[in-house]
Amino acid sequence: MKQALKLKHLSNPAIHRLKLVVFLACLIPLARLAVADLGADPVDTLTRSTGRWALNFLFISLAITPLRKFTGWLWLVRLRRTVALYSFFYACLHLGVYVVFDQFFDWAAIVRDIAKRPYITAGFFSFVLLVPLAITSTNGMIRRLGGRRWQHLHRLVYLIAISGVFHYLWLVKRDITGPAWYALILCGLLSARMLTRPRVRTGALDKGSMSSTIGVSGGTSMMVERGRE
Amino acid sequence: MLIKRAFSGDPKPSEITDAKSYAARRCFLKFSCATAMGAALMLPTESPWAEENGLAADFNNLKASPFSTTEEKTSFRDATRYNNFYEFGTAKGDPERNAHTLRVRPWTVAVEGEAGKPRIFDIDELLKISPLEERIYRLRCVEAWSMVIPWVGFPLAELLKRVEPTGNAKFVEFTTLHDPEQMPGQRSTMLDWPYVEGLRLDEARHPLTILAVGLYGNVLPKQNGAPIRLIVPWKYGFKSIKSIVRIRLTEEPPLTTWMKAAPREYGFYANVNPEVDHPRWSQAKERRIGDFLKRPTLMFNGYGEQVAHLYSGMDLQKYF
Repeated sequence: MKQALKLKHLSNPAIHRLKLVVFLACLIPLARLAVADLGADPVDTLTRSTGRWALNFLFISLAITPLRKFTGWLWLVRLRRTVALYSFFYACLHLGVYVVFDQFFDWAAIVRDIAKRPYITAGFFSFVLLVPLAITSTNGMIRRLGGRRWQHLHRLVYLIAISGVFHYLWLVKRDITGPAWYALILCGLLSARMLTRPRVRTGALDKGSMSSTIGVSGGTSMMVERGRE
Repeated sequence: MLIKRAFSGDPKPSEITDAKSYAARRCFLKFSCATAMGAALMLPTESPWAEENGLAADFNNLKASPFSTTEEKTSFRDATRYNNFYEFGTAKGDPERNAHTLRVRPWTVAVEGEAGKPRIFDIDELLKISPLEERIYRLRCVEAWSMVIPWVGFPLAELLKRVEPTGNAKFVEFTTLHDPEQMPGQRSTMLDWPYVEGLRLDEARHPLTILAVGLYGNVLPKQNGAPIRLIVPWKYGFKSIKSIVRIRLTEEPPLTTWMKAAPREYGFYANVNPEVDHPRWSQAKERRIGDFLKRPTLMFNGYGEQVAHLYSGMDLQKYF
């Protein structure tokens, strides 16, 4: 019980240390790619690994809010931006590998691919939508947009996750075990979000959206308030 | 969520001893310094694969073939660790990991159907059907990667001749072993087992079409389709069926495994064709294993001169 209480309210310095740990931990997949044997088809390994981690970090960031509600660990939300930006980071690497090694900057071929291949269309769609979310992830941008508009914009993340899973599903030849797991987990995450949503009364919605927004921006006072709700 | 094969601590490709040097080293150790000269002469006579499969010696005195390419060969290591052989799992490294359960002796191949003299051949008999040749072929996978592999084998036509196809024989159907005990991948319903492939009789009789029993001068490793497999170099790799137990001459075109699995995506012919895309991805380019950038894919995988006439007048967009 005491332990649980301790975890519920971490001090600011503790959260900062934790953020640093998360920041470094998210680099591990990249570090492994840098030192590991990439196999017979290194480009394929790079493509798959960066794509998979873009999806993994996206899913982890989506899991944070339900997990926070479930555990009561309010500080979890303060790690969300780091994890979500890493999803964007790995998505950039993923796209980069494709542009350089698969197409070697053949922009015409890339455009053709995006238009013609559903799995590439879906992947590119996810990437394009990630860009505004990454750009508006700073505290300044959250303030400028205002909590409510910011949150509306960032709901795009669900669309990104769904089309990310389709991107994966449509590229496999036969064995859909991998994408099927992602689809299942995504369904779980989406239903967790539905179930823990604040009641659709305008007042409650406003309050809810404000507090979770500020949570992302790192304000602790509002976090505490959220905890009292 | 990791890509398993990537982080297994494998040596870098540059560190890998090629098959010949490896065999040579074994010879060297076995015969010691005093007979080092002799051992060097015996270079192709011993390999780990040969020992494992109970063969006294590797293939030697292989006939060279005018069909062989002079392109740089894929490393032995890559050719034996990057395989599509769903009978042992769907990941590229699965066959190397899991194929040890395959028993390649005793092994027979039934050649039957529309044949005057149908019969069952023992694998050791098949090895002597015709002088074994080395055929260095390009291999183009439908997944847009490729390799160059020195196969050891003999023309399928030589085997077909022995059973005397009847006038009704128009197609050849090939079947892989079906035994989930030995092939754990067959416990899944991923594909409709056993794996079945097919050729038109004229394709089967074409001099480029071989039955392979080895690669790199060695006995065929299990993950590459031991003890005997088909090689049809102008078609996508999945046509080159592995671990064959039955060859049947038929009047009707066989329904192949991939046609059953995804009829919209895989046709009977599956000729390498950069102009006919897979419904979901382009076939215009390929990555040669070992390269970083892709290269253009060649019509009929570069064997057009030899095989284009087989398809003259056919709409290859339709008969893909």
